[in-house]
Amino acid sequence: MTDINSKEIQAREKKDVSTPEQTKPGLLFTPAVDIFENDQGLTVVADLPGVKPQNLGIDLRKDTLSIIGDVESPESPGETDHIREFRTGRFFRQFTLSEVVDQNKIEASLKNGVLRLRLHKVEKAVPRKIAVQAG
Amino acid sequence: MFPKRFIDFPDWNVGNPFLDFERMRRDMNRLAEGFGSGLPSFSTAGVFPLTNVTEDNNNYYVRAELPGMNTRDIEISATDSSLSISGQRIIAEEKDHVRYHRREREAGNFSRMISLPGSVDTDKVEASFMDGILKIVLPKSEAMKPKRIEVK
Repeated sequence: MTDINSKEIQAREKKDVSTPEQTKPGLLFTPAVDIFENDQGLTVVADLPGVKPQNLGIDLRKDTLSIIGDVESPESPGETDHIREFRTGRFFRQFTLSEVVDQNKIEASLKNGVLRLRLHKVEKAVPRKIAVQAG
Repeated sequence: MFPKRFIDFPDWNVGNPFLDFERMRRDMNRLAEGFGSGLPSFSTAGVFPLTNVTEDNNNYYVRAELPGMNTRDIEISATDSSLSISGQRIIAEEKDHVRYHRREREAGNFSRMISLPGSVDTDKVEASFMDGILKIVLPKSEAMKPKRIEVK
């Protein structure tokens, strides 16, 4: 681990990743995430600055997890730009989960622009013996 | 859209085999800007946190993306023509033993100085932090505000 007291954060450009498949006009950004796992489940932590809880969508279908967060433009119409280093739009990221997660036990919290998503693993299915009928 | 440094490529007008290409690309940029959101060209990132500075008639506004920060870890000070934002972003260690698959979020120190386009009234500077975005409102000093002049 690097010593936190000596480390300077490097600025990273917010890259627009809009693809032609998008159906909504606007910019699309990839949020930075931490993903870690223990025996009970998987945790996803994502930086989503500017996303309000009502504009956040989390979608789990089969083994695909999608995180979509829309950011309303913070500027009021009367403002003119001097320096513009970041832009706002939609955050989008999709993951394929390797293990089956319990759909009923997903916990999500959004605080100060950081999403914390906890996915619990499904209890291991008991191995079942299948009898083969001869015939 | 293309980053600013590409748009501001110096004009080598004499004997440049790429001149036509240059011109074409500039036209494309113009076209893209016309259709796009109408934002000014995008300056490339320098120092964390990424910051936007805007103004209206009465105030300058500084906004920075600082997801997951606590307000007590952000320090802001203003002089009449500059603003400094510094602090430490802490990402708490996970208690139980976990295996990391991805670790993209960064922790550490930051310090940034922004020179303001004009002078401000430092006594009335206000900062707020919501949804991971820091917003600082700096009222312009009286001398900087546009005056409405009546025609007699």
